[in-house]
Amino acid sequence: MTGMDRSLRGAAAIVGVADDVSPTGELDRFGRELEVAMVLDALADAGLSLSDVDGVCHPESAVAFAEYLGVHPTFVESTMTGGSSYEVHVEHAAAAIAAGVCDVVVSVYAATPRSDRTQGRRREWRRPTGPNPMAEWDMPYGLRTPMGPYALAAARHMHEFGTTSEQLAQIAVSTRQWAALNPRARYRDLIDIDDVLASPLQVSPLHLLDCCLVTDGAGAFVMTSAERARTLAKPPVFVLGAATCTDHMVIGQMPDLTTTPGAVSGPRAFEMAGIEPGDVDVLMGYDSFTITALLHLEDLGFCKKGEGGPFVADGHLGPGGSLPMNTNGGGLSFTHPGMYGMFLITEAARQLRGEGGARQVAGANVAVAHGSGMFLSVMSTAVLGTEATL
Amino acid sequence: MSPEQAAGTAPARFEPPVGVEGAAFWEATRERRLLVQWCTSCDRGVFYPRVFCPHCAAGADALEWRTASGRATVYAAVVEHRPEAAGANFSGGKPYCVALVDLEEGVRMLTNVVGCPPDDVRSGMPVTVAWELLSDGRQLPLFEPGQMAS
Repeated sequence: MTGMDRSLRGAAAIVGVADDVSPTGELDRFGRELEVAMVLDALADAGLSLSDVDGVCHPESAVAFAEYLGVHPTFVESTMTGGSSYEVHVEHAAAAIAAGVCDVVVSVYAATPRSDRTQGRRREWRRPTGPNPMAEWDMPYGLRTPMGPYALAAARHMHEFGTTSEQLAQIAVSTRQWAALNPRARYRDLIDIDDVLASPLQVSPLHLLDCCLVTDGAGAFVMTSAERARTLAKPPVFVLGAATCTDHMVIGQMPDLTTTPGAVSGPRAFEMAGIEPGDVDVLMGYDSFTITALLHLEDLGFCKKGEGGPFVADGHLGPGGSLPMNTNGGGLSFTHPGMYGMFLITEAARQLRGEGGARQVAGANVAVAHGSGMFLSVMSTAVLGTEATL
Repeated sequence: MSPEQAAGTAPARFEPPVGVEGAAFWEATRERRLLVQWCTSCDRGVFYPRVFCPHCAAGADALEWRTASGRATVYAAVVEHRPEAAGANFSGGKPYCVALVDLEEGVRMLTNVVGCPPDDVRSGMPVTVAWELLSDGRQLPLFEPGQMAS
């Protein structure tokens, strides 16, 4: 951290959230209809309306989406970092609000990969034109994405630190325990380590149950200044710290497969927030794969580098554990439409408002939403807190 | 499965496009020579090829091509157990190994390790370049266990 003038601590707050998922994994709405519904729901949650919006975040085109909404924002943010896009939007929106660029920002996500398949809807997908590094240097070798690069990280972590498949499986087991408490989760039946190890190998060492779901899902959040937040419908969820770092795009360029750029974004966000790992009541750590979550635990400082395996094996992460992680059931058991980072934020906000129902972490005041994008490529950390933390 | 795959006219592999920076690399593979871009300013290898050095920001004038020894060490290796899910039809439907290998020249590249059961490939294993002919006469660098003498 280079000085207090960079600090966003407490300057802005998340004031409205909405999301839509289904235990079937499929939604009956898609595209703009779903996006607009999420924006309106999140605004209603905050007690705001579309006419209040002067900032729009959308990872494809904030301009096109603002036009569709019929708003005229002074802040448009189309950063697309994969799954961590929404944590980046929190960071950038907080900075824009603190700088007076805008006052009320919405960010939205909707993706329906599961029903697109069952309904035969063709998803627009623009192939990159011309040569690009991934096509020229990776694709001939048949490394399946997204899980292949994560499997490489897991294999290297096992080689360097002796991490085991059983330890990785424990993350899926603990996460499923949380999902069992969430009536909206895709999978709620409890599983054990043997179930994970008996599920089919995909890209070794990752089994099917080490991998996130493919489901429909959508969400939105609304942010505004701390001052205005206190006048709105729900208790504000303040942004205490936020930071992002990327150190590669394709997996072969990752400097060290066992250390993600979360080792930079995490400590920076924690320092801005003035917290230590021990202050975190709820960790929403992007679990695209079990190895992803394990790397977060080390890089954010919940345990030392290389000790993630023994740490998770001790059962810290499930209900009643010392570090409640992915209390909604995570990308592994709740939902994962592709860019899951939106749901880290909606769940963190609900936990800090005490709206967690059966999965509520008692007295939660500090939650961390730690997003992971692309192939362990872009980590973005948002530290969120209640009024009591200011 | 693409129409080309269904008709049996698709190449066994996804054949890499050639970028401006990689043209010399791919030309040399026709003679089974593995080139590595080298920065003469900071004396380090550069991969993938670029128009400048990402280590020291030297310009294109500082970059040259050197023939690599072909010796490498496996950094990390995995096995694809569902080739059809990966869209890969170069392994006859059998599991295959994908690995990151560290070349002796200090650069890391993705590859397949062939010539042994895929599950036998381990981090730290010495490997040597091998070649697979592509449909246009270029050769794709693969690696196999063991190291030839220096």
